[in-house]
Amino acid sequence: MKERTFNTKALLIATAASVFMVVLVFYGSRKLQNFDAALVTYLFGTLFAFFGVVYRYTVWLQRPPTWMYFKRGINFLFTGKVFSHLWFLTKESVENIAFQKFIYPRGKYRWIAHFCIAIGCFSAFAITFPLTFGWIHFTLAPNSISVYEAHFFGFKVMDFELDSIMAFLTFHALNWSSYLVIIGSLYYLRRRLTNPGLIATQTFEGDLLPLLLLIAISVTGLCLTYSYQFMKGFAYDFLAVIHAVTVIMFLIWIPFGKFFHIIQRPAQIGAHIYKKEGMKKGIAICKETGKPFATQLHIDDLKIVTKQLGFDFSDDEGNSHLDLSPEGKRDRLAKAHLKARLEGGNLFG
Amino acid sequence: MNIANYNKNEEFFVDLQRCIGCKACEMACAECETNGQESMIHVNYVEREVTIQTTVQVCMHCEDPVCANVCPADAISQDEFGVVHTANTERCIGCSNCVMACPFGVPKKMEEYDLMMKCNMCYDRTSVGKKPMCATVCPSGALFYGTRAQIEEMRPNSTPVNSFLFGKERVNTKVNIMMPKGSTELRIF
Repeated sequence: MKERTFNTKALLIATAASVFMVVLVFYGSRKLQNFDAALVTYLFGTLFAFFGVVYRYTVWLQRPPTWMYFKRGINFLFTGKVFSHLWFLTKESVENIAFQKFIYPRGKYRWIAHFCIAIGCFSAFAITFPLTFGWIHFTLAPNSISVYEAHFFGFKVMDFELDSIMAFLTFHALNWSSYLVIIGSLYYLRRRLTNPGLIATQTFEGDLLPLLLLIAISVTGLCLTYSYQFMKGFAYDFLAVIHAVTVIMFLIWIPFGKFFHIIQRPAQIGAHIYKKEGMKKGIAICKETGKPFATQLHIDDLKIVTKQLGFDFSDDEGNSHLDLSPEGKRDRLAKAHLKARLEGGNLFG
Repeated sequence: MNIANYNKNEEFFVDLQRCIGCKACEMACAECETNGQESMIHVNYVEREVTIQTTVQVCMHCEDPVCANVCPADAISQDEFGVVHTANTERCIGCSNCVMACPFGVPKKMEEYDLMMKCNMCYDRTSVGKKPMCATVCPSGALFYGTRAQIEEMRPNSTPVNSFLFGKERVNTKVNIMMPKGSTELRIF
């Protein structure tokens, strides 16, 4: 596939988004008053990841097929019955993004393992990103020595008693995430090391490294808790550095590697909306088999997209190979082959 | 990725007229480890009432794969041997662009998984120097995997062709179709 490696538009958008993010960090932490300086390396890692994600996303959106889906998806969403569309979007987001239901038919344990990793990662993101940005911080309630207050963007959102169950769950939230991530990642690591089909097609950096990184982050993170709670802070500094290194490797790997699928996945909902709306506009009938096979919208759009990509499956009379269903295309090939063999004077040879 | 033992001297040669529609390849295909017990090869009857023609279709592994080009999620990749791999499970969004764009009608949308799957020339086998499952079981020689010298000896009156014309589009592939001797291309329409 022909693609340029440098993309000015993406560079500008990613830079603008990153600057906006820095501004949000500055004001979200009340002019750095609530910013935790110990987390500054994480902040730079996160900003780099953010820049990379926006850059890659923009490059990705510029590809003709992606842009077609994006454009159509947004169009459908905001024309006609907007509320009905937004309800569909919400339902699809819960099913496909939050619960990843499409993985379940591929394997029950695969789904459970993926769900563990997803919940672990989402909760860890929800906690660590705002903490790193200085958007969340904790203080003791005024005139109290046992009530803790959580602030978001400098506004108080909740409080709880120290030594309460709530405090235990909150302070150890990242540990719960770690356990979930470790359980899921170990399952997938085992699968990748034993499934012959995966062994044949996987790559270290694409498939194994992400799992190893997830496990490394979770284990070193848990070690920090164990170190200060049960081992009198043994090797705490060392563990803190190792943990930071693994997390930052993970962050800068998000835009380039496997973790980009987290950002990409909502496109699946776009494809569902596209199909649903396309059905209303008519179904394409295969010119070879006479059977319905896709939405007419899909076939018409594909004709545009293939042309944009430099493919032309039409002839001078206006016939297009794309008007055939997959089965119809196979039939045409077999018939063309039969014709060529008959013209050659021998069916076999 | 296991690339150590891929045999670059062996190629795929398909002869549709030799296909007897027995579907042994379908059964064998499901044994391929990379598809997870799903059969990817297509065997269809063509105009059953008037002809005994069947189609047998493996992925042709195009030099510039349309499926990968039209994929909005960058889920389909081609390796250094020219093998076009099935959709990357974490990227594929199940949109069916590849299914509808492939000129050979190869990719399958697995509705239940919301995922496209296709033949990847039994990469678990070919990457270690073995032949694809379908080619090892075909009883009539419609699917043959071996060297050029072998096929020339077996089919002295045929020529392997890997250039196909669909309207104005010429598609060159890694997989060959056996044609009358001296042919250089197959025009579909």
